[in-house]
Amino acid sequence: MGVDILVENLNAWYGSTHTLQDINLHLPANHATALIGPSGCGKSTFVRCLNRMHETNPSARATGTVKMGGLDIYKDASPVEIRRRIGMVFQRPNPFPTMSIYDNVASGLKLNGFRNRKVLDEVVERSLKQSALWDEVKDDLKKKSGASLSGGQQQRLCIARALAVDPEVLLMDEPASALDPVSTSKIEDLIFQLKSQYTIVIVTHNMQQAARVAENTGFFLNGKMIEFDSTHKIFTNPSDKRTEDYITGRFG
Amino acid sequence: MVRIKFQQNLDDLKERLLVMAGMAEQAIQRAIEAYRTRDMSVCELVFRSEPAINRLEREIDQMALDLLAMEQPTAIDLRFILSVIRINADLERVGDQAVNIAVRVKEMGTYANVDLPVDIPKLASLAAAMVRKALQAFIEADADLAQSVLLLDDQVDEMNDAAFEALSQLIKEKPELTPPSLNALIIARNPERVGDHATNIAEDVIFWVRGADVRHNMSTT
Repeated sequence: MGVDILVENLNAWYGSTHTLQDINLHLPANHATALIGPSGCGKSTFVRCLNRMHETNPSARATGTVKMGGLDIYKDASPVEIRRRIGMVFQRPNPFPTMSIYDNVASGLKLNGFRNRKVLDEVVERSLKQSALWDEVKDDLKKKSGASLSGGQQQRLCIARALAVDPEVLLMDEPASALDPVSTSKIEDLIFQLKSQYTIVIVTHNMQQAARVAENTGFFLNGKMIEFDSTHKIFTNPSDKRTEDYITGRFG
Repeated sequence: MVRIKFQQNLDDLKERLLVMAGMAEQAIQRAIEAYRTRDMSVCELVFRSEPAINRLEREIDQMALDLLAMEQPTAIDLRFILSVIRINADLERVGDQAVNIAVRVKEMGTYANVDLPVDIPKLASLAAAMVRKALQAFIEADADLAQSVLLLDDQVDEMNDAAFEALSQLIKEKPELTPPSLNALIIARNPERVGDHATNIAEDVIFWVRGADVRHNMSTT
């Protein structure tokens, strides 16, 4: 099941650049939250702070608190543990190209020491079913490589890989921006189904996508969270003029 | 991603709606004039304006539909387009009310000229003023002005009720005046409907500008 994420006074820097400024946010469990804003506004940095990927950049640092279901992710757990519990899917599908479909999905578990074949089989099947890819690949699990799949299938494979380690949170950084409309629609349907089991945070430049998949939407601008509200409110009658100007295309 | 073409299309949509508004207003003014002067040639002008208003209604709807389909508008732009679609329908109905009045004015020509205890030009002028004010609010995106239109509707309703009472009484007292009185009753109903359409337009302006749905005396934002 998903967990609440509570962000308090989060600040982040790349070198001397203050990329996130005093972010306070509650991401409710089992909901999809969309983050929108122009390029460079800090939304990707924000999600990278949620699973401690931000700190992998040598010049980067972050302060503040991120609590996942009461667990302070910067104090109470290791980055490896956090990244297992908070899965991430990126803009470009990035399956391991030389691995089979099966090994792609099982890679996280194997990395964590799981070797039991029966357990691995079950997890691979469950994860591929969850990512709505099972029916398309079940006969080629070990015959075909991840790279042999179409772009949309590769992205669903990456989602299956993220789900295989049984995370509570799924971060998606523009997961459909490189996909055609049909593949995009499949990813969106998937998000809709997955949010009953996971807390989902999706960064998107596609306004309609945010409107379609997320219950809540946050608008970032120049490293600040300008407005956070129900998606309905943000897209029909936002409170802040800057939000309105952005979503109506008056700037950006 | 500044959407210059989209903003231009929104301006075009507004401009077309204002043309529609001008035609509907003119139709109602002519209908009042026809009533006042019993001039059948003015009635004909009202009849002739109807097809043009109907064509424009379809054109504006198509423009709005295209923008919804192609541009996926949000927030104030989405509210604007939705308001335009609704106002468009109300203006077309205002044109219909003008035609209804003109039809009845022609009917009146078959009766002897009698003094009736109703001031239909005054009632119709008040309703037409509501339309004008609502459209002014639309032009200026002025929700306060639109709000003031809502208060005028009660006056129109009261005048209509008074006309009903007076004409009912006249029919009782002078049954021989029943046909022209009934005709006047039916005519008086049209300005009352025009006032309702003006109210709708004003509510749509408030929705567009403030994002508040104030229809049916219920306010939600």
